[in-house]
Amino acid sequence: MKQKDMQLFRLYPLGDSAITVQFGDSIDKATHTKVRAFSAYLDRHPFTGFVEQVPAFNSVTVYYDPWQASEQGFYNPYTHVTEQLQYMLKVARENDKAAAPRIVEIPVCYNGSFGPDLEYVARHTKLSPQEVIASHTRGKYQVYMIGFAPGFPYLGGMAKKLATPRKQNPRPAIPAGSVGIAGNQTGIYPIETPGGWQLIGRTPLRLFDPNREQPSLLQAGDQIRFVAISEKEYWKLKDKAHGA
Amino acid sequence: MGLEIVKPGLLTTLQDRGRYGHQKEGIITSGAMDAFAYRVANMLAGNNEEEAALEITLIGPTIHFTEDQLIALTGADLSAELNGEKVRLWRPVFVKSGSTLTFGAPISGCRAYLAVSGGFAIPQVMGSYATYLQAGIGGYQGRALQAGDFIPCPGPSDTGIALFAQASANTEGHDYTVASWTPDPQYFPTYAPNPILRAIKGPEFELFSETSREQVWTERFQVSAQSDRMGYRLQGVSLYLSEPTELISTAVTFGTVQVPPEGKPIVLMADHQTTGGYPRMLQVVSVDLPILAQVVPGQTISFEEVSLEEAQQLYIRQEQNLSQLAHAIHLKHTQ
Repeated sequence: MKQKDMQLFRLYPLGDSAITVQFGDSIDKATHTKVRAFSAYLDRHPFTGFVEQVPAFNSVTVYYDPWQASEQGFYNPYTHVTEQLQYMLKVARENDKAAAPRIVEIPVCYNGSFGPDLEYVARHTKLSPQEVIASHTRGKYQVYMIGFAPGFPYLGGMAKKLATPRKQNPRPAIPAGSVGIAGNQTGIYPIETPGGWQLIGRTPLRLFDPNREQPSLLQAGDQIRFVAISEKEYWKLKDKAHGA
Repeated sequence: MGLEIVKPGLLTTLQDRGRYGHQKEGIITSGAMDAFAYRVANMLAGNNEEEAALEITLIGPTIHFTEDQLIALTGADLSAELNGEKVRLWRPVFVKSGSTLTFGAPISGCRAYLAVSGGFAIPQVMGSYATYLQAGIGGYQGRALQAGDFIPCPGPSDTGIALFAQASANTEGHDYTVASWTPDPQYFPTYAPNPILRAIKGPEFELFSETSREQVWTERFQVSAQSDRMGYRLQGVSLYLSEPTELISTAVTFGTVQVPPEGKPIVLMADHQTTGGYPRMLQVVSVDLPILAQVVPGQTISFEEVSLEEAQQLYIRQEQNLSQLAHAIHLKHTQ
């Protein structure tokens, strides 16, 4: 029996006010394309009682208000929302390849104090610091999910040879914009937080700005590239990003 | 108009029902831990249910009123006093200018809500008044209240003004007047220390060992001191998967009971992160979250299984109760 792509999904309740739609069991681009297509469709076609949605690696969780969604108790909320989602999953397939991913360039200064762990990563990976930077900027990274902190992207696509374990002792405060490596993942800290990532550089862009119409610079589904910049360019861009 | 914060208390923040629509950007919802008490506080103060209110935690603040105000206090009994006299909860209170509200020993529960008629004149951030402490946004300057803060209020709502006149006529030389009526407590969640919380099986329930699947319903768990607005860490039996499984991170929500590999469950609360990768064993039903929000560290909780359908029926019934409550309060206000 042949099944259509978008129809390979599993629906399950996350409590009484959310439903998760799961596509596939792995982290890969094909699965995420389905996540993106469904997420985009849902944004354009919210149903009565829809609250919000959270796209992740292989799932989209749909939050709803059981009171509104059931038309004040007229329907069984879960069944009613499930039926609507199943219909959307059927028709969303047509838009599968509709929107090409947005490509966002992230300027990063890998120099000196901005990348305090660059030397360590180089030693661990048996590369030179220049080779680490070259490899890091060569990659095209998929934003699979925003989570952990406001605007924090979970990225796929880092070269395996850059993999470096987290620090034994997390730093109490990592400056916003820090670009780091933890295991086989790379990421960017949007706000100052404690953390154990190996820091190799810093971006002057604001990944999270509550006053922007879209507070998170990156969205699930985007693709990003890191571009190496000098310290001078860093400060210039930083002034611009912070409205100076 | 406004409130003068003389002492801030342990953790006093401005909250509302939460910041929705931005979880996909990693922005947590925040909002009142006890949404029921928060909503009723606003109703009693003659507000719409979306106005900001103060969430007061265990050790309350000292607040000075520089103008006449109509307020309502709901939720935990933290020994609130106006000018040294005990003030009753869950009813409108008319406070005269120059009065001081203080709190004492926690009697029951741990989170009280203070609503002021007309709400607070603070800006919304991303569509919400809720304080998001870690990101430093929302509420009053993105932080918990401090001594010396002055929280501006725009003045009472229309309903508030009507009630204001009614109440101020009855002060008879007192500094404040408490309405003689209170909403019928039969509509309230069954607040209790050491409660039994209703829960449905979480998405990964079946991945747990047979023993753990049984114990989660039969054992009591103690809410540890490492419990806050993000989550409650539970002490008691350890719960384990039948075999180690790596999960792909996905969304989690208020009331999710997740279990890290060391086996001690964590119940996610109002400031929970948007996504997580630990197995989700249970999900506390929405209507019991206010009860959980009032559990003080050191108390115990246990879980009782209900079906999803029951959980949603309870949700619908609570919304019906709240609209009846809103209607009844409105009638009292306009009598």
